[in-house]
Amino acid sequence: MDLAPLMDSLYAIPLLGIVFQAIGYMVDVIPSNGSNILNQATPLALAALCGVVCERSGVVNIGIEGTMLISAFTAWVVGIAINPMFGNPVPGEVFGATIPLVICVVAAVAAAIVVSALHAWLSISLRANQIISGTIINIFAFGVTGYLDQLISKSSPASAGSFMAFTPPEALVTLPVVGWIFEMFLYQGPIAMSTIILVVGLQVWLFRSRWGLRTRAVGEHPRAAETVGIDVLRLRFRNVLIGGVFAGLAGAWLTIEATNSFQIGMTAGRGFIALAAMIMGRWTPLGAFGSAILFAVFVQLSQLIKIAPPQGDLGSIMGSVPAQLWDALPYILTIVILAGVVGRSVPPAADGVPYERESAA
Amino acid sequence: MSAATPSGAPRRERGLAYRVWARLAIPLTVTILSALVGAVIILVSELLVTGEPFEWGLALTAYGALLQGALGSPDAIVSTLVNTAPLLFGGLAVAFAFRAGLFNIGVQGQFLLGALGAVLVGVWVADWPPILAIPIATLAAILAGAAWGFIPGFLKAASGAHEVVSTIMLNYIAVALLAALVSGPLKVPGSPSPVTFDVGNAAWPVILGRNGHIGIVLAPLAAVFVWWLLRRTTWGFQVRAVGANPDAARYAGMRTKAITVATMTFSGALGGLAGACVLLGVTHTMTSSFGTTVGFDSIAVALLAASEPLLVIPAALLFGGMRAGAGLMQIKAGIPVELVDVLQAVILLFLVARPVLRRLLRLNTVPDEPATPRATTMVPEVPV
Repeated sequence: MDLAPLMDSLYAIPLLGIVFQAIGYMVDVIPSNGSNILNQATPLALAALCGVVCERSGVVNIGIEGTMLISAFTAWVVGIAINPMFGNPVPGEVFGATIPLVICVVAAVAAAIVVSALHAWLSISLRANQIISGTIINIFAFGVTGYLDQLISKSSPASAGSFMAFTPPEALVTLPVVGWIFEMFLYQGPIAMSTIILVVGLQVWLFRSRWGLRTRAVGEHPRAAETVGIDVLRLRFRNVLIGGVFAGLAGAWLTIEATNSFQIGMTAGRGFIALAAMIMGRWTPLGAFGSAILFAVFVQLSQLIKIAPPQGDLGSIMGSVPAQLWDALPYILTIVILAGVVGRSVPPAADGVPYERESAA
Repeated sequence: MSAATPSGAPRRERGLAYRVWARLAIPLTVTILSALVGAVIILVSELLVTGEPFEWGLALTAYGALLQGALGSPDAIVSTLVNTAPLLFGGLAVAFAFRAGLFNIGVQGQFLLGALGAVLVGVWVADWPPILAIPIATLAAILAGAAWGFIPGFLKAASGAHEVVSTIMLNYIAVALLAALVSGPLKVPGSPSPVTFDVGNAAWPVILGRNGHIGIVLAPLAAVFVWWLLRRTTWGFQVRAVGANPDAARYAGMRTKAITVATMTFSGALGGLAGACVLLGVTHTMTSSFGTTVGFDSIAVALLAASEPLLVIPAALLFGGMRAGAGLMQIKAGIPVELVDVLQAVILLFLVARPVLRRLLRLNTVPDEPATPRATTMVPEVPV
């Protein structure tokens, strides 16, 4: 079936034609970039999961950005340090995984848990303002990774190595209509692929398990939760540490899955965009994942428009916008979504309020 | 520091020495501990990373160079003051918003927009007499910064979008906008690298040493002005009331949303002034990579000063001095200037962990709890 004449006549309508062109462009590029989009959504989704686990129990974590940065740096540094110890192993069969890379991931998660413990201690135990605590973590992370990066790059380090994407069978990817979906989900590195499992797992855990019920109770009404015997402070502490696991994975993705290097400030606001994704996803793992995908679509579009702009009027309009401005697209979208959605998206009632035990009050 | 004589202070009989100690113990301990942690970081990273022969004195060399670079000569002192001025404006911006319970993390963006406004108009009025050019360019910076502060304020008031996320996003948008303008319409035609024209007569006059521009006087004046605004005007009272308890302020008939917008706009204007301070005072032109650490240092300054406008002056001096001395530290001891970021964060960490320090030091009185607004949450302002 040849749609070209129909499309041409639709495109010729002023204004409405632009809309058709935009839709046509998205239909054209999004499926073919599916795996890139899911890949870009990975750190956002993982960081948003961190936010969900923390905020569902009542702790606002603005420091996700810094936590990611530190764990990204840790994964990279550990890789550089231990690769020679294992005699620079050849990439493995699956995901190009090697023992050092697995250790890198573990180290990144451990680092993120340590940073999260700091946030938990400051904001739960000391009842410091949670936003101040998170901000300090961000400043600290930016400083300490920048400082160490400067020191390390003096000695021009070797590569840390990185995971490779799984290559799905040719027959599956080339299937008509649904092939791109298989490619999207299967042509991925290990962290990106496990993200989907983590999202679903956390969704079930949060809404179907005892821990989930307790978490939500503590986030909504900690006083009531404590009267039925839940240790509010301990549960919050534990949840912030669990959140650290997700932030650590997001950080590891940055340095040993998406790239093979570390740059100062490479998180580029992803920790904050993730918070917007969490809000838009109404503090649920699945919702946050969906929003993360939406953000990733726009991250991808902002790059694609520069490389392969659409044809016709739309292309000439887009071409007249300076290339640098397209980089701002995901950030603008974040603000728009935050402003449009937040009023209808209700956070946990005790979110951000430090809890004081009845006896101590 | 308004609680100099707490009402019914039970410890009055403790004597002068104790009271002086109680007041100085926390700042002193925080300073000493931070310096120690910094030294440990220097030595450990030296040991693990660089692989050069280990020397214990490196931390001392580094701190010595830092001090020398900040205070060692008249030029160094001027450099400290020049580094302090934008931090003072920026710190005031954060502190002022904080008093209304708003967390303005977007000073970096407002700073960039202010600088952008200053260079945009500054280049245009570069040939005008300075008496006209300087105020016009400065005003442009103020307006641009204010506009960038207005957006998150308005969004917060209109829809409840949390200002922390929206201001951070505006920081990134500001970076993109700046890069687009400087390598596009503002670029000097034919120049190999993206750079704008000089602001010429719109540059702030130098009044001290070789590069001590007028900002080093304007910034402290701004601190006094903000103090006056907060303490002596109706609007300042409303700002503080909203910060202390928005519900109570609303019941008292204050238009909290309007105050939120106005506070963020004013905060943005101060951030824009910080941008003017660097662009019109120091660089005079803008490259596409224009940008400093002013925005994030400002947050540190405001936190250190507990959002008290007059305390912002010493806090900005401390961090400004560290920025001024960092270069010499890098040259003399081979320590990257980024150490200053680490030190700032460590200082803030100890400051937040104050309750622990107080317990360790057996300080039972609470002489100087800063006026922290109640928990700023992600909860949108829903009319009750």
